[in-house]
Amino acid sequence: MNIAEKEKEIIEEFEIFDEWADKYQYIIEIGQKLKSLEDKYKLDENKIRGCQSSVWLHAFGEDGKVFFEADSDSVFVKGEIALLIRVLSGQKAEEIVNAELKFIDALGLRQHIAVTRANGLASMIKQMKLFALGIQSKQSA
Amino acid sequence: MGKVLTEPQVLSNSEIEKIRKDFPILSVKAHGKPLIYFDNAATSQKPQAVIDSLVRYYSTINSNIHRGVHFLSQKASHEYDETRIKVQKFINADSDREIVFVRGTTEGINLVASSYGRKNIKEGDVILLSAMEHHSNIVPWQLVCEETKAKIKVIPMNDSGELMLDEFEKLLSPDVKFISVTQTSNSLGTINPVKEIIRKAHLLNIPVMIDAAQSAAHSVIDVIDLDCDFLAFSAHKMFGPTGTGILYGKEKFLEAMPPYQGGGEMISSVSFEKSNWNDIPLKFEAGTPDIAGVIGLGAAIDYIQTLDREKIKKHEHSLMSHASEELSKINGIRLIGTASEKASVVSFIIEGVNAMDAGMYLDTLGIAVRTGHHCTEPVMKRFNIPGTIRASFMFYNTIEEIDIFIDGIKKAISFLKR
Repeated sequence: MNIAEKEKEIIEEFEIFDEWADKYQYIIEIGQKLKSLEDKYKLDENKIRGCQSSVWLHAFGEDGKVFFEADSDSVFVKGEIALLIRVLSGQKAEEIVNAELKFIDALGLRQHIAVTRANGLASMIKQMKLFALGIQSKQSA
Repeated sequence: MGKVLTEPQVLSNSEIEKIRKDFPILSVKAHGKPLIYFDNAATSQKPQAVIDSLVRYYSTINSNIHRGVHFLSQKASHEYDETRIKVQKFINADSDREIVFVRGTTEGINLVASSYGRKNIKEGDVILLSAMEHHSNIVPWQLVCEETKAKIKVIPMNDSGELMLDEFEKLLSPDVKFISVTQTSNSLGTINPVKEIIRKAHLLNIPVMIDAAQSAAHSVIDVIDLDCDFLAFSAHKMFGPTGTGILYGKEKFLEAMPPYQGGGEMISSVSFEKSNWNDIPLKFEAGTPDIAGVIGLGAAIDYIQTLDREKIKKHEHSLMSHASEELSKINGIRLIGTASEKASVVSFIIEGVNAMDAGMYLDTLGIAVRTGHHCTEPVMKRFNIPGTIRASFMFYNTIEEIDIFIDGIKKAISFLKR
């Protein structure tokens, strides 16, 4: 599946929830299921600082594709990254760099999370794109 | 920690019901649930009388103050000036000349740091702060230190979150040129013995500033009794509008201080060669002030005066005691800040549960708490934690709400710890 198809799949999954509480609980469940990042990758250089939680993001390239692994001290944030990983991990670097990621607004997440945390989400996406860009330029070099 | 005794709810249900009717927002539903507002240390809710005062100001007397000869301007100026006298009486200051309207506590501290600090603090001098200051009472002084090469020293606290007064005395020396401490900690709830600190500082002629942001709504402030040299607080934490704050300064200090900002109102005459400053307090009120905010503050003070302050203080204390006792019974909860003198704030961490996750869980139940470092990163560092969950109570809160909150915490733990 490409990025747009994966986004569509997630949007459909969330369609059954009307209440914010249900969305929150589902994201927590997704976060609890995300495999923890190995300690050797929990380096400062992999850390994205947010206001209230920390995120560690590890990326690697294989056969022209980019793969992500991540962790956070907040399960909710882990759930958010798990969604991003589901959409972006294993995709071509170029597609990640150009991804518009409309699913975040479509899920109605942004209105429920504070601006600082929405920005946290934005910096996660930015970091994932930067990783992809780095891998892309290495491949073309 | 010391044993906490649960007291019965001090205000009767009917008394609380009557008070709650004054605050329209308390009947709002959050995510479909009745709102339980426990973020009062961040900002208090507003009584209808304050909301009405803003509407009345803009609908009947809106105009710029002090320079207009017309009907509206005179009305607005009169109310603005009257509020200054209300504030003077509210904190028992000697004169309304000692009351400066600012944007909030933060600006009040910045004004003193910038104006008094830059003029009087020199290289090698020491500014004494406490270990539990809000960033707003740290950073302005760091800016002064950067410019003057003065140093900040910190009064430490013990594991309960109480300032160590013996250490404070050891820090007192002729090098100390200014002390700024909070009356009540926003992240721990500790009520500091500021009167004692001021008394000891004055033996060495060291001026003291008090951050009263967290205390103004909860206890009577008497600047003559405290003998503080400066004191700042925010209207929005005491039922007034956001954007208005109060700086109190002893006349002799304010007179000697240079202006903080330049503009209209703060001058007596201007030419391109030289301007002359207005008298205090207007010397520090450059530009059109938040007139509506100040008038709203006046309404907030009027509202506070209708309350039995001793009784509501006891009520708030009973809420804090009950919450602390119930939280201590839950496995894995550690209270942060267990001082013997505490305001109506409980701060805690849950072992194995991220504070923000728990706060978001409570939010789904309609319960508003604050999570994180509460702009007191050094406090979090002192306790070696990233942040806490903080519930802060006001007299319009009830024991019943706390019980719902405790139940929510238990649910959050079992859900998040799966």
